[in-house]
Amino acid sequence: MRRLCPPFAAAAWALLSIACPAAAAPHEYRVVVDKMKFGALPADLHKGDVIVWDNRDMFRHSATAKGKFDVDLPAGKAVRMRITSIGSFPFVCKYHPGMKGVLKVSK
Amino acid sequence: MIYKLPAAAIAAAMVIAGPAYGVDAPNDAQIAHIAYTAGSIDVAAAKQALAKSHNAAVREFASEMVRDHEAVNMKALELVKALKVTPQDNPTSQALSEAAGETMSKLAALDGAAFDKAYVDNEVSYHKTVNAALQSALIPSAHNAQLKSLLETGLTLFREHQMHAEHLASDLD
Repeated sequence: MRRLCPPFAAAAWALLSIACPAAAAPHEYRVVVDKMKFGALPADLHKGDVIVWDNRDMFRHSATAKGKFDVDLPAGKAVRMRITSIGSFPFVCKYHPGMKGVLKVSK
Repeated sequence: MIYKLPAAAIAAAMVIAGPAYGVDAPNDAQIAHIAYTAGSIDVAAAKQALAKSHNAAVREFASEMVRDHEAVNMKALELVKALKVTPQDNPTSQALSEAAGETMSKLAALDGAAFDKAYVDNEVSYHKTVNAALQSALIPSAHNAQLKSLLETGLTLFREHQMHAEHLASDLD
């Protein structure tokens, strides 16, 4: 196999990095839960990313997508959740179902 | 059977708050007292339900009422302490407590499905009237921004409770 000269190899690696965002390290996103609402949700979620549900409310909540995930969120606590599936996941707080959102996850 | 006793007390709150009646609106100390009293009443009703009911859905609802209303009331206590406001007893709070005492006595005489139905029906009407009072009288009259914000969060929460109670009531029919 022909070896690339170092500057060319570096340029090729840079191109690959730009062209393959899925290979990027997982991101961690914080979703604030406060005053009976889920805050802004990340728009560019990928499998392997982590959501930190930061419940700043005085109430116990949950982030629940039936059959997919069910994260208990005690009052004043932050809970980490790794995303393991691809797709669109509507979720609610199972205690206060008027609180809702949709996580959209690509690979 | 639906006990509508709290409605009369809430109507009294509206009278206090209603400038149309030419009566002074409640001050923040009175509003804090009314809101705390309304929450305590629902906690007491839920504890009565937990002591009497064997219905899993009713018990789950009652547990939620205890948890949520105690959380709001704890926050309200922290807030009045921080604001150096002493909650002020008033005729509306007194009417609420009196009406709630009568409702609890009537519910105490019931058992089984009859108790469950009466408790949940009362929760529907109670949350409906409290929410109406919060929206039309207590929130507009609150001067302190933190108190107003707490009442607004409370209203969002109590609307959830009302919906939950309505679903439960239709399941029990």
